[in-house]
Amino acid sequence: MIDLQFDFEILLPALYKGALVTFALILVSAPFGFLNGIGIALGRTYGNRLVSRLCQGYVLFFKGCPLLLLLFIIYFGLPSLGITFTAFTSAVIGFILCNGAYNSEYIRGGIQSVSSGQMTAALSLGMSRVQAIRSIILPQALRKSLPGLSNEFIYLIKYSSLAYMITVIEITGAGNIFAAKYFAFFEVFILIGIFYLGLVTVAGRIIAVIEKKIAIPGFGGV
Amino acid sequence: MGTVMHKMMNGEIILRVEDIHKCYGDIEVLKGVSFDVRRGETKVFIGPSGTGKSTLLRCINQLTIPDSGCIWLNDEEVIYGGPRINQLRQKIGMVFQNFNLFDHLTAVANVEIALIRVKGMSKADARKKALEELKQVGLLDKANAYPAELSGGQAQRLSIARALAMDPEVILFDEPTSSLDPELTREVLEVMKRLARAGMTMLVVTHEMGFALSVANEILFMEHGTIVEKGSPSDIQTSPAFARTRMFLGTFQDD
Ligand SMILES: Nc1ncnc2c1ncn2[C@@H]1O[C@H](COP(=O)(O)OP(=O)(O)OP(=O)(O)O)[C@@H](O)[C@H]1O
Ligand SMILES: [Mg+2]
Repeated sequence: MIDLQFDFEILLPALYKGALVTFALILVSAPFGFLNGIGIALGRTYGNRLVSRLCQGYVLFFKGCPLLLLLFIIYFGLPSLGITFTAFTSAVIGFILCNGAYNSEYIRGGIQSVSSGQMTAALSLGMSRVQAIRSIILPQALRKSLPGLSNEFIYLIKYSSLAYMITVIEITGAGNIFAAKYFAFFEVFILIGIFYLGLVTVAGRIIAVIEKKIAIPGFGGV
Repeated sequence: MGTVMHKMMNGEIILRVEDIHKCYGDIEVLKGVSFDVRRGETKVFIGPSGTGKSTLLRCINQLTIPDSGCIWLNDEEVIYGGPRINQLRQKIGMVFQNFNLFDHLTAVANVEIALIRVKGMSKADARKKALEELKQVGLLDKANAYPAELSGGQAQRLSIARALAMDPEVILFDEPTSSLDPELTREVLEVMKRLARAGMTMLVVTHEMGFALSVANEILFMEHGTIVEKGSPSDIQTSPAFARTRMFLGTFQDD
């Protein structure tokens, strides 16, 4: 509080670096978490008994496991089995596994809400099952699961801060280090709070634009 | 009528259904159903609910896999798991009671999608063909409408256009008008009549007796998983051999 001007001058570059790491964590995890969710949902819905069970087990495990514990296992635990990842990679893997598990639940719900008659009709036109899933079922299932997927994306933005617990200096971590050094906890954490708020708001706007762009009459307002 | 009869007698057999059996659990839904279909012919299947009419149609393109029996389309066996099942299904169009349109696609895209994905047509060619088919069923002005924006009658005509676009050898109709109001039923039946007159081969499950009597070359009465009686519309109306069918029609028309 003594020399606020000076504080911000060194605070902002420190946070900026952290913010880039936060962006990187989110931008790498989100697309793969999305694809993972599709894969698990498809496996669960269309896979044979074994695949379906495995996917169900996957979801149960990763929904049940606290994310922080998962990150600890990947970063601190796996090396004792000879599997070593950098902190950043560990965080991304954890996020993809967790995000995918939740995404798959929404996507599976979306798949189930597409009337089974449409699959029948697609097959009757000579489409293979894979073709029908790709061009008939998934486009509808993803539209229907978009609200849920958006929520998960927002969660991902926020829980990306857990990466700090396995030494990834993302924005929360950068802020914490700085705050401890200069005893400026209030300013720093308020600023970071505003950063997340801004991020979530922008994400919300982007999602709204996407929803509007892919909206289809009869698909029920989101 | 004369031209249809003529065609029927000359048309070669394009579809053979041989001794189809199908059980669901302990219940034998189809107990050995056989018939031949000639090119250009319209066969109408009638019968009480639960006698296996839908199951029979679904067995023909192997959407339901029969326990035994064979389906032949132009001397090629239609068999689930066969290498050409998807090619054969293209040749066997299907129209459903609930339309089963693709809800995320416009009318024209509903028709196009299989042309592009299955037949491998270019987008431009598929669009051209799809618009032609929409014109056939009087839906050109609805090309860019989504299924949710169509009336039941329009939706069913669209599903007919979608089936027609694949240039099928035969089209299976499973109660195409059962979920439509009488007014909308008429517009769909009109399209089907026109198709029949144009020489399309059709198998139709329906309760529309007016349609059956005026369009069918043969009416087949099914009960408990077998074809009990079959004959031309005029036979069924007059011959004493069709007492069971007439009784069914009588009770049905009383409803
Ligand atoms: N997938 C299925 N699993 C179990 N039973 C089935 C299945 N499909 C049909 N059935 C049963 O098979 C019998 C025949 O059904 P189907 O739908 O072929 O009759 P239908 O003649 O078309 O009757 P409707 O006039 O009511 O449409 C019915 O008893 C039905 O309950
Ligand atoms: Mg039926």
